Amino acid sequence: MSILDISGVTKRFGGLAAVSDLSFSVKHGEIVALLGPNGSGKTTMINMISGALVPSNGQIRFQGDDIAGRAPDRIARAGIARTFQLVRILPSLSLIENVVVPAAFGRRRLWGDEALRHAASCLDRVGLKARCDLRAADLTYIDQKRLELARALSAEPQLLLLDEWLAGLNPAELQEGIALIRSLTHDGISILMVEHIMEAVRALCPRTVVMAAGRKIADGPTADVLSQPEVIAAYLGEAAHA
Amino acid sequence: MRQLLPFYALLGLAGLAPLWLGDYGAGLLLGMTSAAILATAWAMFSGPTRYVSLATVAFYGIGAYVVAALAESQPWPVVLLAAAGCGGLVALVVGLSTLRLAGIYFVIFSFGLAELIRQLLTWYEVNVTGTLGRYIFTEFQPRDLLWQLLVLLAVTLTLSVWIHRSRLGLALRVIGDDETVAAHAGINLARSKLTLFVISSVLISLTGAIQSPRWVYIEPSIVFNPTVSFTAVIMALLGGANRIWGPILGAVPLYLAFEFLSAHFPDHFSILLGLLFILVVFALPNGVLAALERLRLRKGAGV
Repeated sequence: MSILDISGVTKRFGGLAAVSDLSFSVKHGEIVALLGPNGSGKTTMINMISGALVPSNGQIRFQGDDIAGRAPDRIARAGIARTFQLVRILPSLSLIENVVVPAAFGRRRLWGDEALRHAASCLDRVGLKARCDLRAADLTYIDQKRLELARALSAEPQLLLLDEWLAGLNPAELQEGIALIRSLTHDGISILMVEHIMEAVRALCPRTVVMAAGRKIADGPTADVLSQPEVIAAYLGEAAHA
Repeated sequence: MRQLLPFYALLGLAGLAPLWLGDYGAGLLLGMTSAAILATAWAMFSGPTRYVSLATVAFYGIGAYVVAALAESQPWPVVLLAAAGCGGLVALVVGLSTLRLAGIYFVIFSFGLAELIRQLLTWYEVNVTGTLGRYIFTEFQPRDLLWQLLVLLAVTLTLSVWIHRSRLGLALRVIGDDETVAAHAGINLARSKLTLFVISSVLISLTGAIQSPRWVYIEPSIVFNPTVSFTAVIMALLGGANRIWGPILGAVPLYLAFEFLSAHFPDHFSILLGLLFILVVFALPNGVLAALERLRLRKGAGV
């Protein structure tokens, strides 16, 4: 059964269709990669699922409910969490406060000691627990990414949207990041991830959806999809054939 | 709330002051208390959200005008309730339509709002009631008003501490940092901002209402004087708009400074106010309290 069902979604900005008539689904507990060259509409699609953008057309069903066009806070409370392509932390808050936020405003509405304990366990998971009283602004870029993931986990989502969360990591950190994401699927979290690092996609995602110029051009087992001529053409350009 | 006990005691003492200060002293203390409430109430909303509101005087003036309209016919508690209700209602309507505005647009709108209400009232008074000014006659002595304001200040500060520790306070700080993250963490942006804007506006309206009998005669240009909005901002910024005690610590010295300046340099007051404004924003962008803390940290690190 699908946790996320996207059917016929289109997003137009003026005359430009950033996403057109896109359909795919994510099953319970599945981890799916959303690939495509720059400007193909991946982040726009993530933004529509999380409620940051309203689709011009189409349906986005999450656990059966059409959430297309709902406010982002309602979608967050329904059980979808995300990270951002350009990392977004809350700079003036401490790490633990950053992570308390989704717990305090999520479905369980945790507060006080319970919320702090919960947030500490999320920080522990990404390896930041020792620094929980630091101000988020004082973290390095990599640690800010970890913090962002801890914040997303704190919401206890059923579906996690990762927008190039692994970008910018060095090889050792990348392995750590891959292991971390894999451990999330063991908890039964479904994940849709936009990613450019093929190594991570191959390691993590059994299934891949590829977009080009706002349309879906491939959807299937990762190894098959990555060897399809139209996918290679989209990434390398038609000239690669010539 | 235990941290507030010494403060309540201090307010109690201030309440005794008129017994030996006389009416001038009581008046001075009254103005200072009112300034402290306005600055604290302003910072309650604008501090965490960083939505700089210049509408303080709009609500202050609404409070005063409700008193002018009702004080002779209604008992005082009813008058105060009406002032709070009117201020809250206007804040609700205004907030619903404007809290989506970002940054500079909200500043300009809030400034325009005060002017709009003033012009509407002027039009109403001239064309409907046929007079421009109104008299406020109550039996209150300055010290009676001072006592009421001291209670209101205690309430304001208690609320401020409570909000700071509540979910609402956290929501507002998150909104101040990043609205997109706030929304994606499940925070209802509009409701959080609106709630605090209304609370802050009700407190400001009550201040205007309680202080209004001091004027005896009011007209729109007196109670909707934009200087009130500007001084509230500068007081809160001087002390630190994100600290519970910041606005009060800014309000006390600046109120005394403004009293002195307006008494001795009435013609140059606006210029001096503007200079002070620039000075505070450039020299102490986060307020005195934050600057002191940094200084202490630096000293601690140096040892």
